[in-house]
Amino acid sequence: MKSLAELEAIKNKMKNQVGMRKDDDAHATRIVVGMATCGIAAGARPVMTAMVEEVAKRNLAHVTVAQTGCIGMCKLEPIVEVMAPGKEKVTYVKMDAEKALKVISEHIVNGRVVTEYTIGATEE
Amino acid sequence: MLEISLHILDVINNSVKAGASLIGVTVCENKKDNVLSVTISDDGCGMDPEFLKTVTDPFRTTRTTRKVGMGLSLFKAAAEATDGSFSITSEKGKGTTVCATFTYNHIDRQPLGDMAETIITVLSGNANIDFLYRHSVDEKEFVLDTREVRQILGDVELSGPEIMLWLTEYINEGLAEISQSV
Repeated sequence: MKSLAELEAIKNKMKNQVGMRKDDDAHATRIVVGMATCGIAAGARPVMTAMVEEVAKRNLAHVTVAQTGCIGMCKLEPIVEVMAPGKEKVTYVKMDAEKALKVISEHIVNGRVVTEYTIGATEE
Repeated sequence: MLEISLHILDVINNSVKAGASLIGVTVCENKKDNVLSVTISDDGCGMDPEFLKTVTDPFRTTRTTRKVGMGLSLFKAAAEATDGSFSITSEKGKGTTVCATFTYNHIDRQPLGDMAETIITVLSGNANIDFLYRHSVDEKEFVLDTREVRQILGDVELSGPEIMLWLTEYINEGLAEISQSV
């Protein structure tokens, strides 16, 4: 059974890394997951979890995963937006945890937009 | 919604939008009395009596992107489908409390679902809000108070990924422990 005392050890480990994670916003990539009623009902929570875990696992210090409300296209939820500095925003629709992992590895890490999941590909 | 924990996530997001600084989430699985109750309370901006009267109407919402707001109406419908009950009390400037009770063994009661994921999702998205999560199964109780966690962490971010992964395991282990039947 875990106890809160273990947090102390993690804290000490983290303290040494604080400098690494201090990224200035200009160079940070923002991933935003729609988390209103529509998003949650369509399965945004596991998408969110998958993204946060994968970003942590790969130690992507320049990436932040955030939540937002209703983006306004409820039938396409779960929606994930990727905003990288100097690039146009990419909107992924009808996401699930598996697709989320692919977006991290392909788009965030390798810089190739996963076109088949984007809103452009779906709406055609 | 497929899980009660998703309703909880949704209603917590209302509290977040109400500018709460402390949000309480209490889940009581009282198997002896065949009742599952969920209470979410916050110290946010609250509602005036006028708004409160119609707040579970799906056509009542504060959002501006469209004219429907399904969160509370879905939660209410889910509780009432199990012969349960639903209530909201709110005072302008003080905060809001939402309480739903379900008949535990009712065939239409959704599974509670992944509570750890719900709590972690709200924690990681709201670095400045404190949460008091209490979950009991009959006499056993699990409590997570983020104020306590923050005290241990000092100036290390609570919403950091390492902390989130650890807390997920902490909650899952805690819930497994209280769910064990004797």
